[in-house]
Amino acid sequence: MTTNAVHGPRLADQRRREVIRQCLSVGIATGAYGISFGALSVAAGLSLWQTIALSALLFSGASQFAVVGIIAGGGAGAAAAAVATSSLLGLRNGLYGLQMSRLLGVRGLRRVPAAQLTIDESTAVAIAQPEPAAQRLGFWGTGLAVYVLWNLTTILGAIVGNALGDPKRFGLDAAAPAAFCALLWPRLKTGDARAVAAVAAVIALVVAPHAPAGVPVLVAALAAVVAGLLPSRGPQGPSWRNDVGNPTTPPDEAAA
Amino acid sequence: MTLWTTVLLASGLAFALKFLGYVVPHQVLDGVIVSRVTAMLPVALLSALVVVQTFTVPGGALTLDARAAGLAVAVTALLLRAPFLVVVILAAATAATLRALGWG
Repeated sequence: MTTNAVHGPRLADQRRREVIRQCLSVGIATGAYGISFGALSVAAGLSLWQTIALSALLFSGASQFAVVGIIAGGGAGAAAAAVATSSLLGLRNGLYGLQMSRLLGVRGLRRVPAAQLTIDESTAVAIAQPEPAAQRLGFWGTGLAVYVLWNLTTILGAIVGNALGDPKRFGLDAAAPAAFCALLWPRLKTGDARAVAAVAAVIALVVAPHAPAGVPVLVAALAAVVAGLLPSRGPQGPSWRNDVGNPTTPPDEAAA
Repeated sequence: MTLWTTVLLASGLAFALKFLGYVVPHQVLDGVIVSRVTAMLPVALLSALVVVQTFTVPGGALTLDARAAGLAVAVTALLLRAPFLVVVILAAATAATLRALGWG
């Protein structure tokens, strides 16, 4: 394939399996939440088809939970607030898209599926990979795994609701943060990164009780903005750009 | 606004925001400060996702339950250089076990 010339070397089989395993892990951990979304959506008064449409078309967990949560609280009268909150939460997907468009190198109509699959999980897995081929595999693999499982479990949740039992029983709600933690881990090699992670965590926890679902994460992103504006504590300077999704970049240990 | 209008409008706007990232010129990402912010963004977001998904309940109230123990085990596993899947499975198994024993 000529794309290999454009997109860099192929992945070794072992790396390929590693990345695919990550994609499936995140897909399964995230898909488990689709059950609770489906059940909550139907309980909020949305029909089965409206619930299915949200997972298939909106496809962004926090925004979906916001829509059904606000409808559940305020009914059709709260529809405008539901759309506004959902869109505010969706802003971060636009930021992810900016980053992914650079990593993926998609053009034309392929930008449509790429955009639709641009969510927390696909972006997180992609940027956690050191090499470009693995970044693309991580994005598409995770995006598709989450899309398929999220939509299937949404239908399942909507149909059988809570009668199915609590996914908490299997600790699946603990699997998702563990997966995010494992993705964050290789990016904590510099003192600056550890500081940003700590500040973001504190901001998120302080904001969480006072803001709708998804907003604490968005506000915590300010930690990254402030860190970017402050002078770097290390000697890296402009080479930071290469650190996007590249945990193998020489760490800034001296500044730690 | 009917429920269908709400569902379709929210979905349309969500896609528009995602798509916007792919059509804005790449030059938007040029420059040292924007590069540094972009590099730090996933660190901040992943860290926030970890704590929100571990320490809050739906509605945002802070809580300490079996998920916290799962995260502690995950961090320990990461310190011991365990692979991704092992980290995730250990965290889930820890939370499930604690709940089976009646805690969290």
